[in-house]
Parts: sequence; structure tokens; C-alpha cells
Amino acid sequence: MTPSSAASGLPGSPSGFSRETKIFVAQFDSLGAVREFVGLAAEACGFDAKGIYAVELATDEAFTNIVEHAYGGESNDWVECTCQASQNSLIIILHDCGQAFDPTGVPEPDLSAPLEQRETGGLGIYFMRKLMDEVHFSPAPLNSDGCNTLTMIKRRELTA
Amino acid sequence: MEITTVHYKHCELVKATGRIDSQTAPQLAEALDAITNAGHFKIVIDMSEVEFMSSAGLRVLINTQKNCKRFNRGEVILAKVPQRIYEALDLAGFIPLFTFFDEVTTAVGHF
Repeated sequence: MTPSSAASGLPGSPSGFSRETKIFVAQFDSLGAVREFVGLAAEACGFDAKGIYAVELATDEAFTNIVEHAYGGESNDWVECTCQASQNSLIIILHDCGQAFDPTGVPEPDLSAPLEQRETGGLGIYFMRKLMDEVHFSPAPLNSDGCNTLTMIKRRELTA
Repeated sequence: MEITTVHYKHCELVKATGRIDSQTAPQLAEALDAITNAGHFKIVIDMSEVEFMSSAGLRVLINTQKNCKRFNRGEVILAKVPQRIYEALDLAGFIPLFTFFDEVTTAVGHF
């Protein structure tokens, strides 16, 4: 990794693999710091401006869903965010101990519906799916710690 | 995010600056609701200085568009939309639901 990527908070290990975790309060005013955290990781991972924005937007939507659905609104609970970077991909893991909410089970919005029939829900999850290459949800009942884990992966196209 | 509103003879010009997310979208909704509640349904939104917009912002835009289009020639027009924001609008299938202008003056002149 280059010195500039090391300075952005994801120092490279000899294997080119790095991992950093931060904990955020489950409130909407955390969103700026959450986006900055994953944006810097995406930048260090070598994504271009469009890729960085995609990671920031998908994570913003995921964090908002956790606040709204897992915790039922803003609270003093926490959301743990981990960025795991390798040479050609970035993995974002969001971990919360709220109600199990499976975003992958929400139906896709009808994007061709006329204005009057446009539903305003479900767009955030749709964005997560479209902007990231993979979105996986592991709900609380499946995990020994009783918490939810959302894993999103974005791959970077390597230039020859 | 900061919001300024300018009243013109034929429309209202709203300029939103900064990041529109779940934290700030309610402010934008409040500003737009104030306009429609006052009986104005022709609105230009200058997006040139919007740096980030999540689905929370998109919801505000679509709700205001629904509100405005119920009235004769009422409409929300989007001006100077930055590329990343336009891509998000496109992803959401919003492009056919709004008129876009590259310049604020031509958008205001449209009404």
C-alpha cells in the first residue's frame, strides 16, 4: 500500500489486507462520521470517486435501516462498523443488537410505476443491493451473541 | 445542510446545500411543506451544491412532487443536479418523474 493510504486509517499489512472497526451511536447524527469512515476505507482500497460514493451511500442506507428498524428509532444503542479491505475488494460489516430485520427479504420497489403510485419505502435497501456486489444478512437468532450482522461487499475492478 | 428560499413572481426557488440524509432530510421536507402549505406549487430546486443525498432525500422530493402535481401546472423542477446525485435519481427510476435543467435561470423561466 502507498503511504497515503496508510495515513487514511487503514494501514496495510504485508499481505495487503487490513481491518478496522469503529462503534457509532444509533442516531442519525452519526451518519456523517459513518460515511467518512467507510469512504476513507474505500479510498484507501483504491476505489474511484464513483465507487467511494457508492460505498458511502450503501452504508448510509444500511445504518439508517438499523436505526429505524432494528432499534425502532434513534437510541443510545450502538452499531459496530468494520471495514475489511483486501487488494480487490472492500467488505463492510454492520453489527447491531436490535430486533432482527432482514433487509434482503424486502421486495424491490416498482421503478416504472406512475408518480401517484410510487412507494417511498424500500428504496434504501434497493440502493444497497444495486450499489454493492453482495449483501448478506445474518439475523440475531442465528448468532451466538444474539446480534444482527449485515455484510456488504464491493469489488474493485483491477486495471491491468 | 442549509436551505434558502427565494420567492419569484411565477415560482419558488429553493437552494439546498450540503448533505441530505436521514438527519437533515426533515429540514428539507419542512422547507418544501412550508411552500406548498402557503399555496405555492411551482418549485425549482437548485441542487448545484448538494454533496450527498440518500433515499431519505429522494422521499422528500417524490412526496413534494406528488403534492405539487395535484394542482394545475404545479411541478417540482430540479436544476444543476450534480452527477452522483443524478445517478442516484436514475437508480431510483426518478428521471421520468422530474424535469431537469442545467441552469437555474432557465428552470425559473420555464414557469
